[in-house]
Amino acid sequence: MSPEDNEELAGPRRVIGTPSSAPAALDAKPPVPQEAEDYVPTDPADMGRAKVAERLAAVCFLIAFVAGICFIVAYIGLEVGPNNGGNSVVAAMRSNYALGSSLGLALLALGTGSIIWVRHLTPNIEIEEHRHDLKSAPQDRAGFQRDFATGTAITQVTKRPLLRRTMMIATAPLALAPLLLLRDLGPLPGKSLRYTVWKKGTRAVTLGGNRPLRPADMTAPGSMITVIPEGYQDDPDALAKAGVILIKFAPGELHIPTNYDGGTLVSTMNWTVDNIVAYSKICTHVGCPVALYEQTTHHILCPCHQSTFDAANGANVIFGPAARALPQLPLTTDAEGYLVASSDFTQPVGPSFWERG
Amino acid sequence: MSDDAVKIPGALSGVGGWLDDRFHGARGVRVLMKKVFPDHWSFMLGEIALWSFVILLLTGTFLALFFVPSTTDIVYHGSYTKLNGIHMSEAYASTLRISFDIRGGLLIRQIHHWAANLFMVAICAHMLRVFFTGAYRKPREVNWLIGIVLFTLGMLEGLFGYSLPDDQLSGAGLRIFEGVLQGIPIVGTYLAYFLFGGAFPGSAIVPRMYIIHVLLIPGLILALISAHLFIMFHQKHTQMPLHGNTEKNVVGQPFWPYFMLKGQAWFFFIFGALVVLSTFAQINPVWLYGPYTPLAISSASQPDWYMGLLEGALRIMPAWEINFLGHTLSLSVLIPFAVPLGLIFTGAALWPFFEAWATGDKAEHHVNDRPRNAPVRTGIGVAAISFYGVLWAEGANDVFADKLQIPLYTITWIARFAVFLVPIGAYFVTKRICLGLQRKDAELLTHGVEIGVIRQLPHGEFIEEARRLTDEEHAVVASKRIPAALPGPGKLDPNGIPEPAGRGPVGWARGVANRAFTESIVPDGHGNGHGEHNGHAVADGEHAAITGGDSGDHHG
Ligand code: HEM
Ligand code: FES
Repeated sequence: MSPEDNEELAGPRRVIGTPSSAPAALDAKPPVPQEAEDYVPTDPADMGRAKVAERLAAVCFLIAFVAGICFIVAYIGLEVGPNNGGNSVVAAMRSNYALGSSLGLALLALGTGSIIWVRHLTPNIEIEEHRHDLKSAPQDRAGFQRDFATGTAITQVTKRPLLRRTMMIATAPLALAPLLLLRDLGPLPGKSLRYTVWKKGTRAVTLGGNRPLRPADMTAPGSMITVIPEGYQDDPDALAKAGVILIKFAPGELHIPTNYDGGTLVSTMNWTVDNIVAYSKICTHVGCPVALYEQTTHHILCPCHQSTFDAANGANVIFGPAARALPQLPLTTDAEGYLVASSDFTQPVGPSFWERG
Repeated sequence: MSDDAVKIPGALSGVGGWLDDRFHGARGVRVLMKKVFPDHWSFMLGEIALWSFVILLLTGTFLALFFVPSTTDIVYHGSYTKLNGIHMSEAYASTLRISFDIRGGLLIRQIHHWAANLFMVAICAHMLRVFFTGAYRKPREVNWLIGIVLFTLGMLEGLFGYSLPDDQLSGAGLRIFEGVLQGIPIVGTYLAYFLFGGAFPGSAIVPRMYIIHVLLIPGLILALISAHLFIMFHQKHTQMPLHGNTEKNVVGQPFWPYFMLKGQAWFFFIFGALVVLSTFAQINPVWLYGPYTPLAISSASQPDWYMGLLEGALRIMPAWEINFLGHTLSLSVLIPFAVPLGLIFTGAALWPFFEAWATGDKAEHHVNDRPRNAPVRTGIGVAAISFYGVLWAEGANDVFADKLQIPLYTITWIARFAVFLVPIGAYFVTKRICLGLQRKDAELLTHGVEIGVIRQLPHGEFIEEARRLTDEEHAVVASKRIPAALPGPGKLDPNGIPEPAGRGPVGWARGVANRAFTESIVPDGHGNGHGEHNGHAVADGEHAAITGGDSGDHHG
């Protein structure tokens, strides 16, 4: 290393608080590695240790070789899929263990061998490269500026505003084109987020069983079940908004819930049938399906971020990030005595959105 | 070269000559071969990220050969008999096929997923290394910014990848993503409808995420990684403050052969470790979750770790929503979505420029700082980590509630305070610790190292014998550079105009920041530090002192 470098680092006299000294003279030459005359040893210092290391590395590489063969054998020998007669999960796991452990061993052995190689079989050489100023030399900057300015003058762009401005105008619509082309990615939301497929008279059927329900089917107070609008069991887009939970209360437990109908607060006790109340299953936070119902406290819990709703009180929020009660679905019974909706929800279900109001 | 250099075989040198005739490469490639790479364990972190990405490319390409990015509904009849007869998307069915019918498919899927997690861990660790050593300072700000973009892209890439198999958990995650999109003011519902091609879940999202996941984002990441490495090559690596390392040199081992050999070993190790992990540690067993249906319950599902911050932020929020001229502003969605990540990413992006502004430091830096020697930076870094940590832990609040038998709501309430208090506390504690370590260094510089021998002086006093620091030790301990103090407020320059630090609220803020940055413990050889006598007097009268930013003699 050069003497000035030594001085800079070693001197306890360096004034603490001085920012690192400004770069010294500019050096236009690109970094050239040390010249060919420099003697570089190619053998490690300790040849005895190198001998041992060589054998160790060779053992590692042999292990890698054997493990690699095992990998091939396991691939060919271990069937997966339905045709092997046995349990295909077991077969897949067996194949996974065999392939993974052989491949993993091969790679780790290769890595270990390579590390032994570079650590103990190469001489430990450090070299020093000089840093050069990143900033270009002043004459280079000036030259660049001059050439750039000349080029710009040749284009006439500064002298002919008419040309410049019309050209800019020409590009404006084209710049919008890529955005425009994205327009058909999807329909406009319009009012679709305000409605679900529930209508007057839509029967509530059980999720999974598609069975319509009579009030008498929910005998035990405190039970909660998930229902969907009849006929939509295979329509995920509809279900993602229209899922509903039914909760049966013991007489007197259900406090007259209040709910918004459009903008006005109305009593919605007459939306219940026989102490059964229907709420949207879609959390008003960001839309997970609410799930856990605690009978004793009447709390509905959303498993995603733990918003908690009070089922006995219009599903008002009592904890967590959801800002609004779960919307209530007006319930009634049809001529055959099955539970049906008496209308769609009177407010949007699910997460809030800007146009919701 | 030494005499025993290997003789290059004729064929190889023939090819080399052919290439050089056409590309004039000998000189340039020679420079590359001799490129110096300083050695330090923490310089390997970025390499882990690089190799993980290579592994993601390899395994992802394999998966793409078999994965069917389609939500077309089918009835399953296949190897995983438990789901026979069940409706599911082709995407989910093909993931089952990869797992159970393709030899090595399960292994590659799990390697891909583990590698995604390792990629993000490595990026984080690498970023922290760069931050705490100040390696982002001039001239490396651009690479710092590229790194932040890479981190963001990695998160998005992981989110989309995780959502591709269309299992119950991935669908639940997407639903949350859609709900968050809807919450964005003005354009939210449009964004959601455009991305999903209409109402959630629709049938467009899987093929769209697929092309984003296998082409768009990997392409961007690849381009940015290339730029990152090119810039690193061009500017040369930073180095640690060791004996012989200066701002004007770079000391280490040459690319060829050392870095090549080590890189190769490192690649095999990382790949091997991922394979072993994927063999024995199951990850994302989608067959257990079942296909996505919108109303099924996904209790206690945990997202991949790098999403934990968002999850925690959503959980910690109180129910805030405002109605604004007939519009709904859903703060309990917007704040968690935008604020924590926004703070961390914007804060990180602006930090190098803020630091340069507050310290007035315009110099190039190639020798890294020891974290203790930059107490404000280190304090802020630890504060950011603790902020992230609190939200991350809150993302698993149900797990904690269950394990510790504490009510869930109590945990959330604790977290609501902790998210503000812990980072503030962490900042001050860290800063104190840094200054304490500086004090120790200052003593080492003035006293030397105590060697455990106690001697009694003629007049009865006991002193501990010390030896001077070796050159190597001295280089490390004395590597501190305190930023220059800007002139304090109220000071006038020679023309009678207030110095910049005194001008207006911005100048005032700069002055405050500057004083924080310049607080330091120095072996007091100069100036007006407040003396702080420490027991036994030192022969030459040096003693440690705290300097404030107003000690003008620290000017550069
Ligand atoms: C930074 C880069 C990447 C990250 C973080 C990432 C992450 C993920 C994750 C977490 C999954 C879910 C895996 C699972 O099923 O458990 C996934 C799936 C997938 N990824 Fe990637 N990935 C990356 C790059 C790529 C690339 C470059 C390709 C293709 C060239 C790719 C192709 C796929 C495919 C086809 C799947 C679905 C297959 C399946 O889940 O079985 N990925 N990715
Ligand atoms: S989605 Fe229900 S609490 Fe977040």
